[in-house]
Amino acid sequence: MQWTNASEFFAMGGYGLYVWCSFGVCFAAMMAEPLLVRHRRKQAIRQIQQSNDA
Amino acid sequence: MPVLPAFFASLQRDLLLVMRRKTEVLTALFFFVIVTTLLPLGIGPEPDLLRKIAPGAMWIAALLATLLGLQRLFAADHADGTLEQMVLSPEPLSVLIAGKITAHWLVCGLPLVLLAPVIGLQFDLPADAIGILMLSLLVGTPLLSFIGAIGAALTLGARGSALLVSLLVLPLYIPTLIFGAGAVESYIAGMGAAGHFSLLGALLILAMAFAPWATTAALRISLE
Amino acid sequence: MINWFKYSAPSTFYPLAGKLIPVFWTLTAILGVVGLYISFFVAPTDAQQGEGYRIIFIHVPASWMSMFIYCVMAFWSLLGLTFNTRLSGMMTSALAPTGALFAFLSLWTGALWGKPMWGAWWVWDARLTSELILFFLYLGYMALHAAIDDPRRADRAGALLSLVGVVNVPIIYFSVKWWNTLHQGASVSLTKSPSMASTMLWGMLIMALAFWAYTLAVALMRARTIMLEREANTEWVKHLPDVKETA
Repeated sequence: MQWTNASEFFAMGGYGLYVWCSFGVCFAAMMAEPLLVRHRRKQAIRQIQQSNDA
Repeated sequence: MPVLPAFFASLQRDLLLVMRRKTEVLTALFFFVIVTTLLPLGIGPEPDLLRKIAPGAMWIAALLATLLGLQRLFAADHADGTLEQMVLSPEPLSVLIAGKITAHWLVCGLPLVLLAPVIGLQFDLPADAIGILMLSLLVGTPLLSFIGAIGAALTLGARGSALLVSLLVLPLYIPTLIFGAGAVESYIAGMGAAGHFSLLGALLILAMAFAPWATTAALRISLE
Repeated sequence: MINWFKYSAPSTFYPLAGKLIPVFWTLTAILGVVGLYISFFVAPTDAQQGEGYRIIFIHVPASWMSMFIYCVMAFWSLLGLTFNTRLSGMMTSALAPTGALFAFLSLWTGALWGKPMWGAWWVWDARLTSELILFFLYLGYMALHAAIDDPRRADRAGALLSLVGVVNVPIIYFSVKWWNTLHQGASVSLTKSPSMASTMLWGMLIMALAFWAYTLAVALMRARTIMLEREANTEWVKHLPDVKETA
């Protein structure tokens, strides 16, 4: 382990902006995608229920 | 050989139809001329710069002009039901399609080859480079027609098909663009164009073998 | 011997997928944590690139996944066109957005890696350019699929397109490499990665597996939703516990 403290870790030897933007966007995208799918699924179920009741 | 008459019949029919609507041919040609005129207007008229961008610029204009022409390949026949007749006919569909694609090239691709010297002069290309350019277009434009036909068949009857075809087909055109424009640039740089031409030729043979078949499959999917 | 064909119907695949999804999410989490740990705490600082090289632990796996997913799509496409199964088309269209996402992430992380290392947000080197074209191929598939109204026809057209695409990808890659070497513009290859310590390889591999598990989880979720959308009028959908319980 080469990080002596947390601020060193976040600075990433000066490359912090690039590293965290990369990992950050990846993480955000991989959270957003399943949420979008879940939203689509709820819409589909609502559709089916409406046609079921009709 | 039973296939040749079918091929020529299809080719002849398409050419006849084009002859009755010559303006369609000319619009693709004018597009090519206009786009190649836009480039110096957008970039600047310095001869050195123009000479450098000429092969790529003319090739890109050829790509775009061919794309425009793809609209004509199947749309008219689809609209009046002829395409379904072709699918149902006893002749092998891929042969009929090959005839249509060849007609498309004769109408949209070959004129570009013939027009290239004129545009090449506008870009101050030396005469031998123009020759190589014409040759690269001669080998490359049939390739564009064959590959483009697959896109045209897939998007038949789809919404927004004009732009959609571009989105589908332009990535597939990239190798042709690279080898075609690259041949001229390589020749100008003194390294000879043989390598590029052999690759272009290989691609053309591959396309001639597989594209009609893929186009036929795509048509069957689009027409069901 | 599992009877695979039993699961080729949406009605049987739906519950199977439902059971598998949490498994894949768990795998994603475990592999992700291990992979990230290796990326940040085990892999040493690189001599030339300092800490910035750590982006490689998502850039390379994202690239691999974008290419792998495209091949898997082509596999399902071939299966679907040969056997005319509905499920194959659903799987292909379920995979596409995730594949496109990874292609985008590959380009994004590639730019963020390139800027500090080589001074430019974008270089026209062979692999980045090919990745960009792959991204276009994904977008093309999704656009074609969306433009055709009939879902079965959309599936089959998309399947043909992805088969044509997968055949073209090696040709495109080769032509871009050829173009790149001839023009010798980018004398530094963006993908010249630091000499691989084995920990780095392990980190990339585990992150890649994490992404693979993620892909399966999301693609199965999406596939199930597609089934709900398309088979809305069938009996098996109407009587699904998911549909009934949220009423």
